[in-house]
Amino acid sequence: MSATAKPIANTRSVTGIPTARLITWWVIASEIVIFGGLLAAYLMHRLGHPEWAASASHTNTWAGAFNTFVLLTSSLCAVLAHKAADALDGPRAARLLRLTALGGVIFLTVKGFEWTTDIREGFVISSGGFWSYYYTLAGLHGLHVLAGAVIMLIVASDAAKNRELQRVECIGLYWHFVDIVWIFLFPLLYIAR
Amino acid sequence: MTTESHVHHPNYVKIWAILVALLIVSVLGSLSSIRGVILVAAFGVAIVKAYLVAKNFMHVTVEKRWVPYLLVVMIAFVVILFAGVAPDVMRHDGLHWSNDAAKQTVETGMKAAPKQ
Amino acid sequence: MSEQVQHAGHDHPEPGFFLKYCWSTDHKMIAMQYLFTGMAMAMIGGFLAYVFRMQQGFPNHYVPGFGLVTPGRYNEVVTMHGTIMIFWVAMPVLIAAFGNYLIPLMIGCDDMAFPRINRLSYQIFLLSAIVLLGSFLVKGGAFGGAWTAYPPLSASGAYNLTPIGATLWLLAVALEFVAFLLGGINFTVTVMNSRAPGMKMFDIPILIWMIVLATVIFMASAGPLIAGAVMLLFDQTMATGFYDPVRGGDPLLWQHLFWFFGHPEVYVVLLPAMGIVAEIIAVFARKKLFGYKSMLYSTWGVGILSFVVWAHHQFVAGIDPRMANVFTVTTLLISIPVAELVFLYIATLYGGSIRLDTPMLWALGFLAEFLIGGVTGIFLGSSGTDIYLHDTYFLIAHFHYTFVPIAIISVFAGITFWYPKMFGRMMNETLGKIHFWGTVIPFNVIFIPLFMTGMAGDQRRIYSYAQFAEQSRPALQHLRTTSTIGLLVMLSFQLIFIFNFFWSMRNGKRAEANPWRSTTLEWTVPSPPPHGNFAELPTVYRGPYEYGLPGRADDYWPQNAPN
Repeated sequence: MSATAKPIANTRSVTGIPTARLITWWVIASEIVIFGGLLAAYLMHRLGHPEWAASASHTNTWAGAFNTFVLLTSSLCAVLAHKAADALDGPRAARLLRLTALGGVIFLTVKGFEWTTDIREGFVISSGGFWSYYYTLAGLHGLHVLAGAVIMLIVASDAAKNRELQRVECIGLYWHFVDIVWIFLFPLLYIAR
Repeated sequence: MTTESHVHHPNYVKIWAILVALLIVSVLGSLSSIRGVILVAAFGVAIVKAYLVAKNFMHVTVEKRWVPYLLVVMIAFVVILFAGVAPDVMRHDGLHWSNDAAKQTVETGMKAAPKQ
Repeated sequence: MSEQVQHAGHDHPEPGFFLKYCWSTDHKMIAMQYLFTGMAMAMIGGFLAYVFRMQQGFPNHYVPGFGLVTPGRYNEVVTMHGTIMIFWVAMPVLIAAFGNYLIPLMIGCDDMAFPRINRLSYQIFLLSAIVLLGSFLVKGGAFGGAWTAYPPLSASGAYNLTPIGATLWLLAVALEFVAFLLGGINFTVTVMNSRAPGMKMFDIPILIWMIVLATVIFMASAGPLIAGAVMLLFDQTMATGFYDPVRGGDPLLWQHLFWFFGHPEVYVVLLPAMGIVAEIIAVFARKKLFGYKSMLYSTWGVGILSFVVWAHHQFVAGIDPRMANVFTVTTLLISIPVAELVFLYIATLYGGSIRLDTPMLWALGFLAEFLIGGVTGIFLGSSGTDIYLHDTYFLIAHFHYTFVPIAIISVFAGITFWYPKMFGRMMNETLGKIHFWGTVIPFNVIFIPLFMTGMAGDQRRIYSYAQFAEQSRPALQHLRTTSTIGLLVMLSFQLIFIFNFFWSMRNGKRAEANPWRSTTLEWTVPSPPPHGNFAELPTVYRGPYEYGLPGRADDYWPQNAPN
């Protein structure tokens, strides 16, 4: 089946929200509880274990802050891509989306250096409670960044040909959500001590 | 496909500048030695930042009403989870019970930790 | 393939076997894939029940078809029976199969909103089933740490003795969750956005409402367990200590995360079953469903309350006693809306002109048996009595009095009801009735004795009571044996169903479009429906339960009839 063959079910919009955006909201809703469950577990352990603060002080606040900056900037690119798509300027939206994906790549690269340093210093995932949550939370978030960047490039290649422009906004919504998760991960993992 | 937008596009660069300024505030706040300042700088600012992203980049405020409600309900479920689990996991003793293993790890961990 | 050709259905050439049966995006074919996979898994789950019941009924005897049941094998068999029956039978058949088949037909559109996501959902589900079944073959065997997978038993291979099986079990469950998240989000979006013109919120058939609410509950509750499963996986494979108190973790956390999902899960499978029963009762009582809106509001109440009752599974796990009080109250509260639903069904039956065809027998059987399950739950939901009854066969019997009506009885109700639509033939009524009585009577013979052994103190998950002096109660052995014999009878009667199912596919009476004279949209298309479902997409003019109307030629008024 070609990518353009869509059932009539896909084109209806009883709620007034297009199907693509509607499904994105539901994906985000289901992601909230995944991250929320993990964050809640981390938070209650962290509050019950004051000794974790010593481990937390080893994290690199500057790397975390730089990564926050990178994600905020990539979110800006994503929303500008949405604006371009609304103006039916597919090529511009595609360029901005690729810039957003580049932000994701920079984020992951910084993360990679950070983790390499941590591991060199002897802090691996099994080094203690804080480190287990640190790697799991950031790892789960990193996977979302990676998946988002890949999808973003696919959407961009369609958008460049002015196809499926409604997807630009949807991948943007997802990207902003991933950004918001990081906005909370940053103080939880890097600042609070 | 999309021919007309359902949102009015604000000046995104300005919002981005505010977000970056807030980021700087939270990093500077974290250098403080007062616990209250750190917490407000970290989490108060995070909430404001998240709100700005949700409002201006995700346009939740101009989306159909039930969408933000749905997201809030999901967050509420997480809060319920926390409220139900925290009494057992966060606390290490209570009415007729005590979690000795956890107390032990806190004690040895605090001894091993360098003085803050 | 252009859009027009795809929708014309009969115009395009017949696809090859692989494309038609394995790579189809048609919701009806995907529903069949789920249905047949679920039925195959049900047979495996039933076989496992046979194995451990034989061990209980005739301890330490050779089990025909399996061999001698060693303690380790017993643990594996019990664990896999629970896992398979809940995650690979109840979920795929009740939600995925019926949801896939009925949602587009009942809301009047041609397919799911995202057909390829739908196909992906089934493929991931199939992969998860293969991983789970494959775990029987690895070194050490399948996971033997109980279907709830409590750490530290599940976290360390040194304790559960099935290190590879435990990891594969987690992977399979995680894949299955991904499959149902994809499928469930698709269901929700389709029902919200793709309804036929004129079908307002309260014109949606109750079954569709129930399936959507169930998938929403699933979505909202599965997240923390997905996170928890990742943590358990790391505990197993990367030596982390998330659930190890000596290293700063907490085993109670897993129990909370598991039951925060696990209890809503009960309602995830209950609601579609309730929906199937509602549809059938309205059709066979020839009466408008009593209190459509009350039913919906009750269901919403159930959905919301289901998120605040989870810790009643943990009353003896060492949770804070004050929390136990809270959860006792919420647990007893949730019985109010569920009871309300049952009352509404009974009120629908009252004064109806009831026809006792096979689907109706199953629907009534559901009500009767589920009632016993619900009432016995009150003893387990109260922390005082639960401390005595917890982990005994009383719990097993209670649990099966809820889940067998849900996953077996209502599924038979659904299959016998929609079979004409699915396969274009009627099932044999006589065989259907024999199968009904041959299933429901032995079902009670299995579990009533288990209520008694449980109250006498028989613990669950014990492979041989003779091995434990304080558990050995030889006087109860005849009850355990009775239960096993009941299971053997019940399983053998399933052969009649299997025969009827496949025989009727070729030899049954040809079904017309609307054999039960029902009002909902799926009965307005030919049986079986063609690709694209509706020759002309319908418009809806009224609610789904207009039966027994005075002053009309027919006693039913289809949703799409203008007047």
